[in-house]
Amino acid sequence: MATAFTIQRSTQDDLVVLSLDGYLDAHTAPEFENAVQQEFDAGHKRLIVNCERLSYISSAGLGVFMSFIEEIRAVGGDIKICGATPKVLQVFEILGFPAIFDLLPDVPATVQRYVDVPVKGGE
Amino acid sequence: MAAFERTFMLQVPSSTENLAIIRDFMTGIGAQAGLADGEVAKLELAVDEGCANVIEHAYGPDTTKEVSVSVTVDDDAISISVVDTGQGFDPGSIEEVELDKLVAARKSGGLGMRLIRSLMDEVQYEMIPGKKNVLRMVKRIHKDK
Repeated sequence: MATAFTIQRSTQDDLVVLSLDGYLDAHTAPEFENAVQQEFDAGHKRLIVNCERLSYISSAGLGVFMSFIEEIRAVGGDIKICGATPKVLQVFEILGFPAIFDLLPDVPATVQRYVDVPVKGGE
Repeated sequence: MAAFERTFMLQVPSSTENLAIIRDFMTGIGAQAGLADGEVAKLELAVDEGCANVIEHAYGPDTTKEVSVSVTVDDDAISISVVDTGQGFDPGSIEEVELDKLVAARKSGGLGMRLIRSLMDEVQYEMIPGKKNVLRMVKRIHKDK
């Protein structure tokens, strides 16, 4: 059944990559929220959320991005999103996420984006 | 009146862990009705959002309550009713504000209803005080959207 959700964490220089796998819905969103909160609390403010293996997202998952973005940008960080499949990307687009968040094709492109534009809107 | 009409029903305890069961139920119906994969995905998400609203807002964490989903499929459309007996709320009362204003206010409320309205062809909400609340959604089968 479509329930599994896991998060893998890796780092690249001072960037933290959270790779989501499975189904991000109202049931699993608290797990994602905790993961982002832990990074923020640890002072890791430059995050990449890799959605290559994310099969599904609902508004509960989208709400996690929204609830942290102002706080993280206030300290000079950002949350950049990459690798969304067409199904997941469609949901981001319906709610207007491309106006607020950087959405990139993959992790290398996102790493480069951090070099070019550390904070979206700050260019 | 459509020549051929099928009805499906699902009732689950009010817990977010059951959203996966609801999604599987909806994807099965959408595929059987002949919807393209992208349309099945919209159906799956809209009903997930409607049920998540009930579980998280109408009932709270009371798993003794139940969420009912009934679906009617005919030649033209898939009609869904999400029924609960919890505390009703009028989705029409949710103000449509820009996403950046929601971000500034640190609010993500109303995203689910916003998605539902974007994904489905018709959306209605009915409150019968003290009895039940019904969220009705229609996805037309032969319409490009």
